[in-house]
Amino acid sequence: MGRRKKMVERVTALMSNPEMIRNIAIIAHIDHGKTTLSDNLLAGAGMISKELAGRQLFMDSDEEEQERGITIDSANVSMVHEYEDEEYLINLIDTPGHVDFGGDVTRAMRAVDGAVVVIDAVEGTMPQTETVLRQALKEHVRPVLFINKVDRLINELQVDAQEMQIRLGKLIDHVNKLIKGMNEERYNEGWRVDAAEGTVAFGSALYNWAISVPMMQKTGVSFDEVFNYCRAEDMKSLGEKCPLHEAVNDMVIRFLPSPIDAQEDRVGVIWHGDLETGIGKQMADADAKGDLAFMVTDISMDPHAGEVSTGRLFSGSLSRGMEVFVSGASKKNRIQQVGVFMGPERLEVDEIPAGNIAAVTGLRDAIVGSTVTSLEGMSPFESIKHASEPVVTVAVEAKHMKDLPKLVEVLRQVAKEDPTLKITLDEETGEHLMAGMGELHLEVIAHRIERDKGVEITTTPPLVVYRETITGVAGPVEGKSPNRHNRFYVVVEPLEPEVRELIREGEISMRMPELERREKLMAAGVGKDEAKKIADIFESNVYYDMTKGIQHLNETMELVLEGFVEVMKAGPLSKEPCMGVKVKLMDAKLHEDAVHRGPAQVIPASRQAIQAAMLMADDTLFEPYQKVFIQTPQEQMGGATKEIQGRRGVIIDMTSEGDTTIIESKAPVSELFGFAGDIRSATEGRAMWSTEFAGFEPLPTNMITEVVTGIRERKGLKKDLPQAQDFMSM
Amino acid sequence: MLDFVGLGLFDEKDISLKGLEKIHNADKVYVEFYTSILMGTDLEKMEELYQKKITVLSREDVEQHAEEWIADAKDMNVVFLTGGDTMVSTTHVDLRLRALDMGIETFLVHGASIASAICGLSGLQNYRFGKAATVPHPYVTSRGSRVISETPYDTIKMNMENGLHTAVFLDIDKDKGYMTVNEALEILLEVEEKRGEGVMADRISVGIARAGSPSPVVKADYAQALKSFDFGEPLHILIIPASLHFVEAEALVKLAGAPDEILEDMD
Repeated sequence: MGRRKKMVERVTALMSNPEMIRNIAIIAHIDHGKTTLSDNLLAGAGMISKELAGRQLFMDSDEEEQERGITIDSANVSMVHEYEDEEYLINLIDTPGHVDFGGDVTRAMRAVDGAVVVIDAVEGTMPQTETVLRQALKEHVRPVLFINKVDRLINELQVDAQEMQIRLGKLIDHVNKLIKGMNEERYNEGWRVDAAEGTVAFGSALYNWAISVPMMQKTGVSFDEVFNYCRAEDMKSLGEKCPLHEAVNDMVIRFLPSPIDAQEDRVGVIWHGDLETGIGKQMADADAKGDLAFMVTDISMDPHAGEVSTGRLFSGSLSRGMEVFVSGASKKNRIQQVGVFMGPERLEVDEIPAGNIAAVTGLRDAIVGSTVTSLEGMSPFESIKHASEPVVTVAVEAKHMKDLPKLVEVLRQVAKEDPTLKITLDEETGEHLMAGMGELHLEVIAHRIERDKGVEITTTPPLVVYRETITGVAGPVEGKSPNRHNRFYVVVEPLEPEVRELIREGEISMRMPELERREKLMAAGVGKDEAKKIADIFESNVYYDMTKGIQHLNETMELVLEGFVEVMKAGPLSKEPCMGVKVKLMDAKLHEDAVHRGPAQVIPASRQAIQAAMLMADDTLFEPYQKVFIQTPQEQMGGATKEIQGRRGVIIDMTSEGDTTIIESKAPVSELFGFAGDIRSATEGRAMWSTEFAGFEPLPTNMITEVVTGIRERKGLKKDLPQAQDFMSM
Repeated sequence: MLDFVGLGLFDEKDISLKGLEKIHNADKVYVEFYTSILMGTDLEKMEELYQKKITVLSREDVEQHAEEWIADAKDMNVVFLTGGDTMVSTTHVDLRLRALDMGIETFLVHGASIASAICGLSGLQNYRFGKAATVPHPYVTSRGSRVISETPYDTIKMNMENGLHTAVFLDIDKDKGYMTVNEALEILLEVEEKRGEGVMADRISVGIARAGSPSPVVKADYAQALKSFDFGEPLHILIIPASLHFVEAEALVKLAGAPDEILEDMD
């Protein structure tokens, strides 16, 4: 391990020099070769032996990952690379490509400044390539491109050198079109990828070679030579002349920004505090002597050290024993260990300065997304938005009654580690419900609870999480407090699609300055009257306070909004979460004395008015859909399309490449349970497939009553469909 | 027939003879303890002295399901007991209106009220009181923001501008408990700090504990100092006087241990 120890010394020496640091992620569609690329980069940097790379899947530290051959969690690693006679530190995060684990990608983007986008030369950009690229650009993470599996073009598709150049050119053009469409401003500032400039490399991660225009100049190897080596199937020699890690790491160092260059721009995107204040400036400068500003992007459990919080240090330095504030917690936390990741291992160091990705223990109150700071009252970082929403749920029970207390603790832990997972306790049945992004996601978590946490559990078959929304307008509807001294009058209507889009994109939040929010709403077509009266945004639902000058309403508003949030978490029809509901408070009558309009009075009054109004406004259910992409040999195409069509699915597009057919389709999540097994038998195991969240669509009318009754029964609610009167006090 | 009977201030013996007669003639007797509570007694002692079974009603029973027990009064004698005077708690007039709507006759038997007891105990004059206020327990929302009502502060300010004293009732909450004079002053001073309108700064305040008991406590001092005075067991009530008449000032010094210097301001 002498080599390893030496590596640690070099890493720690470079850590304090932000100019020499690159924080990057590798992002791609599933199976386009991210993890193989990461492994070979590590091998090139001397972190693991060359023979093991590509086979060992070193970054996949979880047994489950190695078994399934996919990456589930993001893994972090630091390595040193020499470019133009100077040593640089590259902090690398490998991210999962399977959509069920998409939350990890979103969080990783907050920690890095640059991304290597990996694309399979034959398959081209795939839906998840677009998803991850969009996430990167939204966080102002700069992309470079690596086109992988180039040898497949030559050896499988038998294209000639000219055809190969045309194909690669088309791929690059397409990626640029995507970048331009997603963030035109950045694109115009030079964020396009360009082979001639050197922001594109291509090669084979598996055979450990890569080439780019600067690399051709450096090594003297021409494009034709590359083609001939591949044709002759002598990629070993090519790997010696043009090593993968050299081409890719050179590109990373030359074109992706250092923390110093990146933070100045990124801080304004991810933090809405005053950029002119001390901490704002310190973050823009990655000032190691400034106040501490650390954002937690990942939490994992270490059997010895406990919870490890990994994240990006934007300002200040982390060291053992520091007392820090964690956003949302009232007491200070004390930092215990401070370290960096080397693959699955965490190595302790004395101090980590601004600009690095750090792993610390002792932050008991931190969750993913927490802001950790030494500055009391620092305005926290913008919360991390997840593109997918939990749409599938299972009930979890301990196999042995005695394990129940342990299960409660373990569920708390897994929820902390994976913020896309929602754990709730059903008060009626006493069951623990676990909601996630897909069937596979929940299977992996359940497996992890048993294997890593040692609690034997049983889970129910997966259930779909629906959304309640309204299709009509109703109101004003009156809600009375139990003591009958307070009354609220609300109107409900479907939220405008433009406003939902703003919320979904994270363009508006209650945290941003009022004026900025108002301008964005008005630009989306909301009238000025409403735009300035927005009182709360909860998920994709909005509350407007349209009243004027009602005495005492100000100090009662928080309670009114509690009622709103309660309904949005569990709608009146079936207690499923609500989406796209717009509530307007039109009038309120309040008791003069504060004690007669406390929580016990105002919350139910506010809640019942909304519940009754929603039922009058044609409350209905929407169900989640997933896009399903299937690649299958021609002969098996019929079996694959049948699987989709038999599941209320639709085929959106079908293209063929060689003898492979690529099917793009869409189907309701409720019908996709068990799809993995069925598609395997329908195609003799020869289809590759992936899914992507495709939003919510109305449940077919003829299914509504049956589904609602089913949900109500399961939740122990009165079986009959609820009526508005049930929520109106006499 | 529905009779409302005020039990008075402190224990089972504060009831009037007329009230006791009503109980003796009753078919059903109910009591509620959520708006006020007699600290010097309990249900057992009351039942023993009154020789009747008494049913305790929760807030929900009174506010949401009142019809269910009021209905019995159509052909029975139902008595509804409360601490203090029977209609001082704002919500109870609602019961009387509901009963009237159901065609039920009602009758009130009054009891001693804290509203008048505080005048006696402090020496502040009854006709000089303005609108009363209640300080509720601060409330923390599910999203973690702490809500403090500023209404009591506004009421005190408005009264003061009109030269009127303010009786400040203190929250009784089944989860958060009985608010003390100390907690209430803490909250009012917190609002003062935020608003800075000088309503509570250097303000003589009067705290009263256990009115009606054998050992009531009455203490007047500047708000900042009174905040840390030990009043002992509940129930507590607070008065924020406006400008003082010289007899009131003398009473506060002699009956409530107010600092002598408040007399100097009288000259």
